Amino acid sequence: MVVGKSYKRIDAYDKVTGRAKYTDDLCGKDALFARILHSTIANGVVKSIDTGEAEKIPGVVKIVTCFDVPKHCFPTAGHPWCRDQEHQDVADRMLLTDRVRYYGDDVAAVIAEDEVSAVRALRAIKVEYEERPFVLDVMEAMKEGADQLHEDYPNNILKHTMLRRGDYENAIKEPGLIKVEGWYDTPMVQHCHIENFICYAYMETDRIHVVSSTQIPHIVRRVVGQALGCHWGKIRVVKPYIGGGFGNKQDALYEPLCAFLTTQVGGRLVKLDVPREETFVNNRVRHSIRSHIITHLRPDGTIVARKLEAYSDQGAYASHGHSIAAKGMGCFPQLYPCPNVEADSYTIFTNKPVSGAMRGYGIPQAMFAVESHTDDICSRMGFDPVQFRREHLMPVGYVDGFSKNENYYDSFNQCMDKAIKYIDYDRKRKEYQNQTGPVRRGIGMSVFWYNTAVWPISLETSSCRMVMNQDGSVQVQLGETEIGQGADTVYAQMTAEVLGIPFEMVHVMTNQDTDITPFGTGAYASRQTYTAGFSIHQTGTLLKERVLKYAHDLTRMPVANLDICEGNIVRTSDGRVLMSLGELAETALYSLENSQHLTAESTAQIKTNAYSFGCSFAEVEVDIPMCKVKLLNIVNVHDCGNLINPALAEAQVHGGMSMGIGFALSEQLLFDEKTGRPLNNNLLDYKLSTFMDHPHLEAQFVENPEPTSPFGTKALGEPPVCPVAPAIRNAVLNATGVPMYRIPMTPHQLFERFSEEHLFEEVDG
Amino acid sequence: MQKNDRDAETTNKTRETAAALQKEVPAQPAQMISGRECGNGMMGKQYKLIRCTINGKAVEHMVDVRASLTDMLRNDYRLTSVKKGCEVGECGACNVLIDGECFNSCIYLAVWADGKNIRTMEGLLGPNGELSDIQQAFIDETAVQCGFCTPGFIMTAVEILESGREYTRDELRKLLSGHLCRCTGYENILNAVEKTMKKRLNK
Repeated sequence: MVVGKSYKRIDAYDKVTGRAKYTDDLCGKDALFARILHSTIANGVVKSIDTGEAEKIPGVVKIVTCFDVPKHCFPTAGHPWCRDQEHQDVADRMLLTDRVRYYGDDVAAVIAEDEVSAVRALRAIKVEYEERPFVLDVMEAMKEGADQLHEDYPNNILKHTMLRRGDYENAIKEPGLIKVEGWYDTPMVQHCHIENFICYAYMETDRIHVVSSTQIPHIVRRVVGQALGCHWGKIRVVKPYIGGGFGNKQDALYEPLCAFLTTQVGGRLVKLDVPREETFVNNRVRHSIRSHIITHLRPDGTIVARKLEAYSDQGAYASHGHSIAAKGMGCFPQLYPCPNVEADSYTIFTNKPVSGAMRGYGIPQAMFAVESHTDDICSRMGFDPVQFRREHLMPVGYVDGFSKNENYYDSFNQCMDKAIKYIDYDRKRKEYQNQTGPVRRGIGMSVFWYNTAVWPISLETSSCRMVMNQDGSVQVQLGETEIGQGADTVYAQMTAEVLGIPFEMVHVMTNQDTDITPFGTGAYASRQTYTAGFSIHQTGTLLKERVLKYAHDLTRMPVANLDICEGNIVRTSDGRVLMSLGELAETALYSLENSQHLTAESTAQIKTNAYSFGCSFAEVEVDIPMCKVKLLNIVNVHDCGNLINPALAEAQVHGGMSMGIGFALSEQLLFDEKTGRPLNNNLLDYKLSTFMDHPHLEAQFVENPEPTSPFGTKALGEPPVCPVAPAIRNAVLNATGVPMYRIPMTPHQLFERFSEEHLFEEVDG
Repeated sequence: MQKNDRDAETTNKTRETAAALQKEVPAQPAQMISGRECGNGMMGKQYKLIRCTINGKAVEHMVDVRASLTDMLRNDYRLTSVKKGCEVGECGACNVLIDGECFNSCIYLAVWADGKNIRTMEGLLGPNGELSDIQQAFIDETAVQCGFCTPGFIMTAVEILESGREYTRDELRKLLSGHLCRCTGYENILNAVEKTMKKRLNK
């Protein structure tokens, strides 16, 4: 078995020696530098732009303003293209805009011979604006009289969807019900991959070549074509190694603009290297979501009726739009099934940076709301949080009518049991009762719901090509992309498994090139291992058939009595090695009688989807007078089906937990209320988790094979971030008795809530 | 171990900006030539000749006085393990060893490198191209994911290891805290550094 073992990453050697080349490492030294002029107002219209002074600056090659760009509106979300116009992503972007919708909108671009000249030119450009009142808050944005960001969306509502089950209004009339209600707010945060977004573009013949740090090369090809109004085949996109993505690079970011800029300078090489400050606010951010949940329960804990309202802050442009809030709402009736449900979710434009995809895609926000609320129910009604979940979580055998997903296993209980044992939950829960001092400890938990891949909402397809070399080794190409998670390594393992060859005989071609790589939609929805598994299995089986047919010609043994084992052609009846795969492949290529290049290529369309469940348990120490939370202990347990590579899976979970810790305790983008200007768009003032902010991160697994996957596997990339913030929040509740309704739980937030709940008086007294 | 982090009281986001900026300029003033005299033709550019050692090799080089050491190493010597993540000394991706001490090369002027011994991750390989123990440990401990922060971390690890001292896990966390990573949660990086330290100390 090659699958299931912790093989070393196939790219690790290159990455620890500096041989791995990222976008900037590949860019020619003759590149021109492009920089973008961002608006200094949050809402309004560009009246005029004076580039006279800027153009005189030595080194400036070309300045392009919002008045010079083609007027093709295009969508940016990294979704598969939808041929049904009704369901296409909103096409509300242009390369540059004269209608400014957030502080930092793109109004002009400078191309210069060097970066210093480009920056000088930016400073010398004079822009005249007509300002309009701006709105930063989703509730304010929906009010009558708020300035409208986009003409076709009254009250700034991009979309409102609802979900109804049973009869909520009637159900809540039952006498004796207990009503639990809360508002739960999550912040705008950013992905903070260490490599900023960067791309470069040049022309050869009449085609535009774009090299980009992207998760979705084939989608970017389409979007660049749409933005420039040219045939998509005129565009070639190359994706080298990328320094993290986490969903930010699941959007066409500045590739369309860069592609346009090269056309403005005769196809010369133009590099657009986005500084960190701009990556924070001019790429994508996570949707900040306000959720309002009401639950009506019988005294025995039976959930009778539930209501959810979610308000998702889209920022200035649609990007992934309502998909995030919709995915979050989707889990609401499923996680704790209940006969009477009313759920409404709204996605609302505001004059803020654009929200897009980010690890978890709405589920970290939804889990903060839903799982905080679950503990609010338990705390109000005196239930043990674990026991309540055991009784009310989605039962085994549950089938979702829309996705047809089934909960095949008792994953929730199995995951919780492992976490309880690791963190010594029962003992600590007892020990932390009735604390009175200024420093108190608490333990809390949360489960999560996640859905692998995007079927049936969207297309799921994976294409794979395998090409055999003279020595029997194989090149593999896939449209699913390596973005740091280790996808290429598990593809190599799965290929080796299907073909019956050693891991070392598989060469995964990591760099993707839309001219060469089979079509695929890229890295998102934690779908890489799941979806690629289908096409690898199918293509490997095809190649193996061809190899065995050729082996039959050489050995005269029936195909049914032949197999490939550890890189050899083996007669199955007696296990005898007839020849090595290398001998066969060399013969096949150079045979004067029957020359064949042994290759296979196929597309798998996937019409299934898989639940991926698990939990997080956290232990904290809260210093009440100092309003500080210290995370002492944390464990995540996941059931992502069979682990293809346990060590890589564990590493994925660590990273997600880290991002969840930042989401819970320290990360948020802040804006000046008076101007809409971002206040902390740098890595000093934006507090993502550092080495000092973590305890040991414990990652554990339950392995129930996923029946729909050829390799028994399902989502793991995004899930680890989903349950962390509510687990920490619930630990703070356990420690202090104070429910927090807003993250990050900074000292500011804790001070406010501890004051409201008179905790300081309790401590002083 | 980013400069000045060792003594910092509050460790979240300790930065060495000031320390790097106050670093002494080379004692012997380097020769200064204007860009035009260089035949470059770029207005306003000024160049200095510097002599330094890069990964064991003595070099002489004309540098733009405005250039950072990151720019010089990446653009002129194609030492692309030196990564740019913020260019203001916040993330640690551009970290290199200068006379045995770690610096964020993005906020270290290239001209300051005059007379200095600079080491990047490319210089860690043995004479026959073999990996150093710390590089191997990063592979073995699954401490690499996207790989963009890796070179910076490894060079700080080299400084820690070359001190010959034994540190606790908590001390190692502090020493490594000048670097940001979004993929690994730092867990396996810590394991890689600790295991290599113990191996070198025969523990």
